[in-house]
Amino acid sequence: MKASTAERWLSLFILPSLNLLTAFFFTALILLITNVNPIEAAHYMIQGAFGSQEGWGYTLYYTTNFIFTGLAVAIAFHAGLFNIGGEGQAYIGGLGVTLVALGLSPYLPALIVIPLSIIAGALFGAAWAAIPGYLQAYRDSHIVITTIMFNFIAASLMVYLLVNVFAVPGEMTPASRSFPDDIKLWQWHEFMGFFGVDFDSSPLNISLLLALLCCYGVWFLLWKTRWGYEIRTVGANPDAAIYAGINPRKIWVLAMLLGGALAGLVSVNELLGVQHRLVLGFNAGYGFAGIAVALMGRNHPIGIILAALLFGALYQGGAELAFEMPNVTRDMVIVIQGLIILFSGAMEFMYQPLVRRLLWRWVRAGA
Amino acid sequence: MSIDPNASLALELLEVSKQFGAVKANQDINLSVVSGSVHGIIGENGAGKSTLMSIIYGLYQPDKGQIRVNGQAIQLRNPQQAISLGIGMVHQHFMLVETFTALENIILGAEGGALLKTTTATARQQLEQIIARHGLAVPLDIPVAELSVGVQQRIEILKALYRNARILILDEPTGVLTPQEADELFVILRQLTAQGVTVLLITHKLREIMAITDQVSVMRQGRMVAHRKTAETTIAELAELMVGRKVRHTVEYSEVALGTERLRVKDLVVRDASGVERVKKVNFHLNAGEIVGVAGVSGNGQSELLQVLAGIISPTAGEIHYSQHMITPKTPIDAAEVRRWGVAHVPEDRHRMGLVLPFQAYESQILGYQSEPKYNKGLSQNYTAMLNTYAEQAEKFDIRPRSPYLKSASFSGGNQQKIVISREINAEPEVLLVGQPTRGVDIGAIEFIHQQLMELRARGKAILLVSVELDEIISLSDRIIVMCDGMITGEVAREEVNETLLGMLMANATGEQHG
Repeated sequence: MKASTAERWLSLFILPSLNLLTAFFFTALILLITNVNPIEAAHYMIQGAFGSQEGWGYTLYYTTNFIFTGLAVAIAFHAGLFNIGGEGQAYIGGLGVTLVALGLSPYLPALIVIPLSIIAGALFGAAWAAIPGYLQAYRDSHIVITTIMFNFIAASLMVYLLVNVFAVPGEMTPASRSFPDDIKLWQWHEFMGFFGVDFDSSPLNISLLLALLCCYGVWFLLWKTRWGYEIRTVGANPDAAIYAGINPRKIWVLAMLLGGALAGLVSVNELLGVQHRLVLGFNAGYGFAGIAVALMGRNHPIGIILAALLFGALYQGGAELAFEMPNVTRDMVIVIQGLIILFSGAMEFMYQPLVRRLLWRWVRAGA
Repeated sequence: MSIDPNASLALELLEVSKQFGAVKANQDINLSVVSGSVHGIIGENGAGKSTLMSIIYGLYQPDKGQIRVNGQAIQLRNPQQAISLGIGMVHQHFMLVETFTALENIILGAEGGALLKTTTATARQQLEQIIARHGLAVPLDIPVAELSVGVQQRIEILKALYRNARILILDEPTGVLTPQEADELFVILRQLTAQGVTVLLITHKLREIMAITDQVSVMRQGRMVAHRKTAETTIAELAELMVGRKVRHTVEYSEVALGTERLRVKDLVVRDASGVERVKKVNFHLNAGEIVGVAGVSGNGQSELLQVLAGIISPTAGEIHYSQHMITPKTPIDAAEVRRWGVAHVPEDRHRMGLVLPFQAYESQILGYQSEPKYNKGLSQNYTAMLNTYAEQAEKFDIRPRSPYLKSASFSGGNQQKIVISREINAEPEVLLVGQPTRGVDIGAIEFIHQQLMELRARGKAILLVSVELDEIISLSDRIIVMCDGMITGEVAREEVNETLLGMLMANATGEQHG
């Protein structure tokens, strides 16, 4: 094996696996403390996430959201920005989806309203991200601070709008009226049924395909076009970018626009795919988990797909686990998530010196 | 080995080796340093000098071999231990807190008790003694930022002496000094050795080795290839030992007919972000077929001048004319636009600007030219064209390794610089702005880069050469502009050049000021 290959394996496979195992190990310890058999728990989780078509359906439905928010973090990251605002961008994206879905459906056919609604979701998410992007680029306000603040602003704004504007008179739920029946995305079982394949009903819908398309798009943009070249240049070395005649400020705003648009697409999966109306807190947690997904996925679309699948399985498996074992609450999923972030993110390189030494010994012995 | 067997040795290395991954940075290094001498270590970049010094200073542990200090075998685990054994280091880039005074900087990390007052009182006393004993003039109570680079370096030396250093390692100490300041440093080093301090001097400047050292050891590719008494060797021999072959140390200078004016700078003023004037009312011009050198101690406005000419920062006042194009304070900053005018730029710091280190070589090879139609095909970049360009340039400039997919960071300094220079020359510019073209570049590559610049000049291009290496400026330039404190303190024609005159102008000691 060549040295460079060994290094690639180390960074792409060995280290992430070890980090993940460490996170699982500590999860097991915590489960033991709470008097739960970790093996049994793992069994329920895996069974719940992958044991049935319905389980797969839920897992992939969550995965879809994580892909969107993971990409939203990753694309900004390549421009050197840390986009913590996926949560708010997804929420405001929902506003766009809803406005178009409810506002245009009386006048236009569904076949036009649905794409317009998707575009509106992306545009609203982009607009919400553009403000922190602009403030970072032209006013030196730190993007981490502003995007977090914008999450809170988005949450308050949406509560206000849901309670005072969208709420159906006479009803207590803070939710908009339902979209017309034809304004919705194909459910997965409908989609598969079209090809004559049976699939159990679940929230999974064709947004998954949109998410995968976005992965390809992000990959193509970042590594195949000159705009991607410029984004990566700015992210890796803003001075070199200025030297090359690239304006980092414009690139920052562009990257935030794209990130916001991707996060906004969460609302397509949630609202057009599942809820069919605007509801309070449909975005809950997806934006933040997206940070972990991007971190684990090394900000690369393929990695993000894998990490999103892991998180989707955790969400779905965790729900099943909480259902099956009375000692475990849904919060355990958040604990596991936290441990994964801790070991794959904050302590990413903990094993690197050790593993590298072992690996070198092995490479040398083989040479 | 030409060392007197009776001399007492301050430092000895026996068969020291250090490997990083597959790279053998140091192999079986033997070194004997006589107490109270100045021992020079020379070698090209990447020869392993820095690794060796890091081993002696306890930053790295050798894989095998022995280190002896004053005859005692020791195991160094960290710099603290090295310091306690009387080994001190003056880094190339000073490790000073700019807002602290010299006194505060010196006691940093050795504050003693919880209250500073007692430490400062005793430290002041001790320092005054050291200053008196070694003739190191250093003001103790002025913030470091207000002191000149030469004085800052003395603070670093003082810092080591305060920690009872008996072996002093100096890493490229003259890189930031004027020739006069360098001479002052050498006087100080002589005084130190007279007091029994041993000095280990790392440099790539052969002339310094000849001027100040007693012994010299030559490193090449991780090995110690020769030890010489300085009195018994010559620059030519050392250069040959460093490179491993004979070196032609001069550039062939030929007359080139002067062409039309390509660049004229009028009353140029540049203020930096904090409002300090870096370039003060500078006027000069540059014609086709000539190389104008800008000499000066680093940090006297040359960097800002180069950046403003390249369209990276805005001028505060004045005008820059490139044939029919003009930059004024109102022109928006756009380096791409300036490139379109036929101006190419080799930046002073290739890591900070010239390359994107995580990028593959062929990607760095088009930096600044990424929008050119030939590198794009529809929405996508044209990978065939990019790879072809890299292959051509790598062949022409002998960039090693040839692999286009290797990360820019993995190339040696000389090859990184070849990537940058080949890229800028390949653009066939009318004006080439070059900053420190051979900084951190090995001798073989220096020779090659100089030839390329001369060839460009022969093709009738205009070149502005900013460098802190006086030898380079002198051997390449048709005219030399000297900058000090943002002003042009003099202009010297090739025929009138001598190093003393340049040194005086660099320190603005002639009292004259040219507009």
